[in-house]
Amino acid sequence: MSSQHPITEADLHAYVDGQLTPERQREFEAYLGGRPDEAQRVQQLRAQKRELRALFDPVLDEALPERLLRAARPRPAWHEQRWVAGLAFALLGGAAGWGLHGALQPQAASQLAQQAPAAAFAQRAAVAHAVYSPEQRRPVEVDAAHEDQLVTWLSKRMGATMKPPRLQAVGYELEGGRLLPGGQGPVAQFMYRSTEPGGGRLTLYVSNEIGALPAATGAPRPASGNAETAFRFAQQGSVKVFYWVDGAFGYAIAADAERATLARVSGEVYSQLGGAATTK
Amino acid sequence: MHDDQQLLTWLPRLRRYARALAGSRDDADDLVQDTLERAWSRSGLWRGVADMRAWLFAIMHNLHVDGVRRQRPPMVDLDEDFLEFATPPTQGERLDVLDLQAALDLLPIEQKEILLLIALEDMAYADVAATLGIPIGTVMSRLSRGRERLRALMEGRATPVRLKVVK
Repeated sequence: MSSQHPITEADLHAYVDGQLTPERQREFEAYLGGRPDEAQRVQQLRAQKRELRALFDPVLDEALPERLLRAARPRPAWHEQRWVAGLAFALLGGAAGWGLHGALQPQAASQLAQQAPAAAFAQRAAVAHAVYSPEQRRPVEVDAAHEDQLVTWLSKRMGATMKPPRLQAVGYELEGGRLLPGGQGPVAQFMYRSTEPGGGRLTLYVSNEIGALPAATGAPRPASGNAETAFRFAQQGSVKVFYWVDGAFGYAIAADAERATLARVSGEVYSQLGGAATTK
Repeated sequence: MHDDQQLLTWLPRLRRYARALAGSRDDADDLVQDTLERAWSRSGLWRGVADMRAWLFAIMHNLHVDGVRRQRPPMVDLDEDFLEFATPPTQGERLDVLDLQAALDLLPIEQKEILLLIALEDMAYADVAATLGIPIGTVMSRLSRGRERLRALMEGRATPVRLKVVK
């Protein structure tokens, strides 16, 4: 049987790679016995393989870059990330909801930039709102009809799943979103329009760079990585901003609307975040 | 193993292959990141994937080939590699290793991929064919040509392989 199958170049490689059947391997070794040139080629090819391994195997032992670990891990949607109940819950958890929000002091826009990075973040959110919300033709880069594309695009750029919350319950529906430059990297902006006749727009501005700054929460972050969440209110011109920081993410909701409206929307966004976290 | 965690287990090997394909560390890690993102975006398909390794390496292959086709202008960091080439190597072994990398970069991509999947991953020929979407006969002929060419490049030390470094 064996003599019916002449030895080929492919056999030589399969021999080097240990991919011959045992029977074929014996045949090949018999063939090799009388051919020192071929035997030498086998040695050379084996050496070549070893050298390739020696060259690239050290990569296996390198510390894995954080960005690749992040990309490899399952990603909870950003609105499903675990929230710290503490202060956030104390502020938002009351059944009446917003009895406490009056305690949040509005801050003059001029003060914003001098404050913590979170305040600069809120100011950027306000400016972004002021720039894009009056747009008639191009309020968003990707509209809500292509929400899948929007989510894929923003998630890729932000490094975490970016799914816009549903705000119909509080009278806003999604128009779409866009990517913007933040302080150090990309920021996602989602645009909503009031479902009431003549109602204005509202934007949700999400940054993933702010949580890296301890000052953003006004207090050092605990070693557990869970930042305390503080809610703040700011105003720039007629644009009001309700913003907070949680973990790696900063959130700002901006609108030229009543503060109570903003608070209601923030509560809804928060409850979608918090509600998902309790199911995990 | 939990499905969700499996990309982590493949990560070191994806990086090794990417490094060999793409050359620079940054380009290689970009390729790995794109591969992971595409894999996640299709995680709904994982259950139907019989051979996760072949599936992941196929994604990387496609992304890499697309990237090569786009023909970005070559960019080389002036990092420690540059300094190493500016000074004569003191150890013969070091010289060999650097030459191998340079010679590898001179192989056509179709040959290089096959050589690497077999040398680094010990992939069976049939799996290589599945990963790259080509017939097994093509795998064998490219493997043969690629190995021969690499050997010739390595032996022909007069060939200007070093020039590749400042591509």
